[in-house]
Amino acid sequence: MENTTNQNQIIPPANRWIRRLKKLKNNRAGVLGLIIIAGLIITALFADYIAPYSYKAQDLSLMNIPPSMDHIMGTDEFGRDVFSRIILGSRISVYVGVVSVGLSVLIGSLLGALAGYYEGWLDRVLSTVTDLTWSLPEILVALLLVAVVGAGVECVIIAIALTYWAQYARLIRGQILMLKNEIYVEATRSLGATDFTILFKHLFPNAIAPVIVAATIGIGQAIVLEATLGFLGMGAQPPLPSWGAMMSNGTAYLFISPWVIIFPGLAMMITVFGFNLFGDVLVDIMDIREDTLK
Amino acid sequence: MSLLVVDNVSVEFKTRDGIVEPLSGISFKIDAGEILGLVGETGSGKSVTAQAIMGLLPFLNGRVSSGRICFRDQDLLAISEDQYQKIRGNHISLISQNPMTSLDPVYKVGDQIVEGLRQHVVIARDDAVKRAVNVMTSLGIPNSEKVFFQYPHQLSGGLKQRIVIAMGLCADPHLLIADEPTTALDVTVQAQIVELFRKTVAQRNIGLIMITHDLGVISNLCDTVVVMYAGHVVEKGRVQEVFANPMHPYTRALLKCIPKFGMPERSLKAIQGNVPSVSTFPGGCRYHLRCPDMKPICMTEAPQTLQAGNGIEVQCHQFGPNWREEL
Repeated sequence: MENTTNQNQIIPPANRWIRRLKKLKNNRAGVLGLIIIAGLIITALFADYIAPYSYKAQDLSLMNIPPSMDHIMGTDEFGRDVFSRIILGSRISVYVGVVSVGLSVLIGSLLGALAGYYEGWLDRVLSTVTDLTWSLPEILVALLLVAVVGAGVECVIIAIALTYWAQYARLIRGQILMLKNEIYVEATRSLGATDFTILFKHLFPNAIAPVIVAATIGIGQAIVLEATLGFLGMGAQPPLPSWGAMMSNGTAYLFISPWVIIFPGLAMMITVFGFNLFGDVLVDIMDIREDTLK
Repeated sequence: MSLLVVDNVSVEFKTRDGIVEPLSGISFKIDAGEILGLVGETGSGKSVTAQAIMGLLPFLNGRVSSGRICFRDQDLLAISEDQYQKIRGNHISLISQNPMTSLDPVYKVGDQIVEGLRQHVVIARDDAVKRAVNVMTSLGIPNSEKVFFQYPHQLSGGLKQRIVIAMGLCADPHLLIADEPTTALDVTVQAQIVELFRKTVAQRNIGLIMITHDLGVISNLCDTVVVMYAGHVVEKGRVQEVFANPMHPYTRALLKCIPKFGMPERSLKAIQGNVPSVSTFPGGCRYHLRCPDMKPICMTEAPQTLQAGNGIEVQCHQFGPNWREEL
């Protein structure tokens, strides 16, 4: 076998990410989504530098001022700059959205993969738990947690993670059930692979694409849920500026200073929209089968 | 010492309608450097035989219910799954039925060859890559260094088949089982692959079990042939002997079905009827429903395996003591 045809180094071809990003040029909605997400992340990371005022600096002489050159989104009932608070609030939204959905995907895909791969009693137990979880309303779980550990961002994250994982578990389970009958699984097993290798190295990467799409949309939902819980007073506690809490406080002054509600609402709308568009882009980027050899 | 001995092996599967037995008491053996052809219609139990040897049945709700499978004097039915994992791909490799789907679509083909190799051999990645590329080149893959980094969907069927063979060969197995490796390929590629197998077996002195329903491939490539029907071995022997003088009516019928150039139109032969499904195997000789020479004894008594001349073994009442023409 030791022939000498390959003395030279074996070098992998250039990274295909550039090619994938080029493909995006034709997908305007995707580019828009990507820009929104990138903008959001930059805002969250550099919030301290972008915000013109402190999020908690009160100035009672400047209460409920409409948008102007000094305060481009006006001020709230304590004279705090709404724009600065929205900028800081993006941190909470991104944090809650990404961490809670990240946790749910982790839990969900692990349990779903085990259920789909091993079937039998393990599947019956896990599927029952999944179905039970599915039937729990997030807000009730959050209420329960608040009663036990007190309100706060972490409480929201745990509430979302505990309820959202079920949908990812179901998705992955279905994928694994289908994929494990593929011939390449038998082929891998005939090469001496262990269950662990087959499940996590071969089935998982093939099964994960729809979960990632669902997860990006889930991040949008989680952000809305955080706002809902914030609106109900269960999320980030004052003076932390969560978008939901901002809107909640603003309701009292709806007819005096509507900008206190409108701008956080807009910020949230754009963010969720961005994540939904981004989900579609990810499908394109991740599908290696669409790569062409040119 | 034979490389592999399959001795009186029966296999059963648990299904919703009860237990079925797709293999009943099959026996054959193969030596190093030998090519054995396993032939029969769809449903005759060829692939189940391969899965039984590979120890894959437990994953499919099946098990070997009786008999012995010995590989280099080691009883494969007595070892644990962990030990089996060290044998699969390392000492015995299976090239599964369809090259189009036996590669994982999300990995580069080279990485899949390397994965199989590193499962068993402690080897640095760079060396493994070199070895994989060498094996690929020896299998006649042009531009192996480039193909190594391509994904399965970027390759043609013939190339994919070679990759799958490379996966099977990379760890230097003693026994290769190829389950219809040429079925999905066009005739010219088929011929190349058959040639490839012949060369590989000769170079490495390994055993090859060739599962196919293509009698052309068998006569071209194999040393011995095992004809299977409905979970039984109905005839086995040296290829030249069996093909020159087929004894079992099923073997004869199979050989008649081969189309030839210059045949008059509409003269393509087929064997009447179908292979019975595994839950409805008939009593007596399992072939009697389709057999042109059927006698009453065939319906009631299962034929014994008989030693005919020329080393041929055949399972048919015609050659037994109870056969009388006048019946």
